[in-house]
Amino acid sequence: MKRIIAAFLILFSTQLHAETMKLAVTTSFHNSGLSDVLLPVIQDEIGIEVQLIVVGTGQALRLGRAGDVDAILVHSKAAEETFVEDGYGTHRREIMYNDFVLIGPETDPAQIAEAATASGALQKIEAIQSTFVSRGDDSGTHKKETSLWSSAGFDAASFGAWYKAVGSGMGASLNTAAGIDAYILSDRASWLNFGNKGGLAVLFSGDPVLFNQYAYLPVDPERHPHVNATAARQLEAWLTSPTAKELINTYQIDGEGLFTFNATQ
Amino acid sequence: MNDILSGIQAAFWLIVTLDADLIEITLRSLQVSLSALVIASVLALPFGTWLAVRRFRYRRATIATLNALMGLPPVVVGLIVYLLLSRSGPFGVLGLLFTPTAMIIAQVIIITPLIASIAHQAMRELWAEYHDLLISLNTTKRQRIMTLIWDGRRALLTAGLAGFGRAIGEVGAIMIVGGNIDHATRVLTTAIALETGKGDFELALGLGFVLIALALLVNFGIHSLSKTEREGRW
Repeated sequence: MKRIIAAFLILFSTQLHAETMKLAVTTSFHNSGLSDVLLPVIQDEIGIEVQLIVVGTGQALRLGRAGDVDAILVHSKAAEETFVEDGYGTHRREIMYNDFVLIGPETDPAQIAEAATASGALQKIEAIQSTFVSRGDDSGTHKKETSLWSSAGFDAASFGAWYKAVGSGMGASLNTAAGIDAYILSDRASWLNFGNKGGLAVLFSGDPVLFNQYAYLPVDPERHPHVNATAARQLEAWLTSPTAKELINTYQIDGEGLFTFNATQ
Repeated sequence: MNDILSGIQAAFWLIVTLDADLIEITLRSLQVSLSALVIASVLALPFGTWLAVRRFRYRRATIATLNALMGLPPVVVGLIVYLLLSRSGPFGVLGLLFTPTAMIIAQVIIITPLIASIAHQAMRELWAEYHDLLISLNTTKRQRIMTLIWDGRRALLTAGLAGFGRAIGEVGAIMIVGGNIDHATRVLTTAIALETGKGDFELALGLGFVLIALALLVNFGIHSLSKTEREGRW
């Protein structure tokens, strides 16, 4: 019994001491791998250990509202503006953007590669009711997809069985799409970093409506006095600094740039 | 099939190269689940034994409830613990959300009914055997419970190991209350979920095999430390 207790005490003696802050980010940002480049530099330059809570945009906003994180980095403009208007965040600062792409089976049964616009591509998919996987989790990507369907003239909620709302993160949804050869909307970063591409390929991209703006929102310390507002301010200053600009603009996967820095100095 | 083989290979390399991240998350898995096991055992073993010894009015209902709670859905426990520990919740001031402590709390809630229920089953049979003896020796309730716990320690060990098995393999609750933060609350199961999400099945499977090996090791370790299943000590 004593040995068990001793082993137990050794396990317990690992505690961390450093300035930390909690940042809720979207799965698509984390899956891109950019955070693995930025976080060590942030730790080095401003001495803050940023702890990422990787969730969908919907949950990230909830965490911010409850005051469980110090800041959030998400990509859903309308929801972010409501967040600030309702007094949960001090302000919204645009940091960078990447883009969404339409992915589908290489054979492209709906011929979306020939479409001129994103709406046109979705109309082609709807016309032959080709299997489509939707995130269905109220995330930024899901909200984007829903708004794309409505600008194409459809209501995604009224679709039949070919439209599969899986209610999962980007990676899990891509796994599903790869498994059943379906069309899916993904951000480019998650797609490039995804390891199980199967028979899928990027079929449509480049329409300006597919741009995906990331913004940084510190949680309002007046509403939640316990948040680490100093660290949140320092992180914002760093994220909009020339160092961040350089790192974000030069981040590449397979020779492709992913993000474009567009914060106002 | 190929994926599984490369998973075994990945697990092998992770272990022989003593991958620093792997060691860290493995130790954290152990820290969280063993802490949860100890706390849950302290609560559940005496409670299960007490239920076997004691007769009271709502005993049947209590036992039925306990058995039903063995199937508590972890993800619901996670959500409830999250709401309680959230800064906007009743225990928000403690600032426990997204810490290993929050994960331990969730796991204690999940495994306590399981351990208590198995302990009760085992102790009930032992009590049937010991009943007359302990009554005739004019023992107190406390002495009876202590005697049963000591003499039934091997059955209780099984109860504890069942609880440990459920805790170490659990992902739904700790994902919500821990947040899967790298270097803070990432454990084996949440890392596996993350790697699966990235489509990196090889690493996910590698971590999975490490998890299975760890569960085996802990079970063998506890058996040998407590000297059960040995010659002459049946």
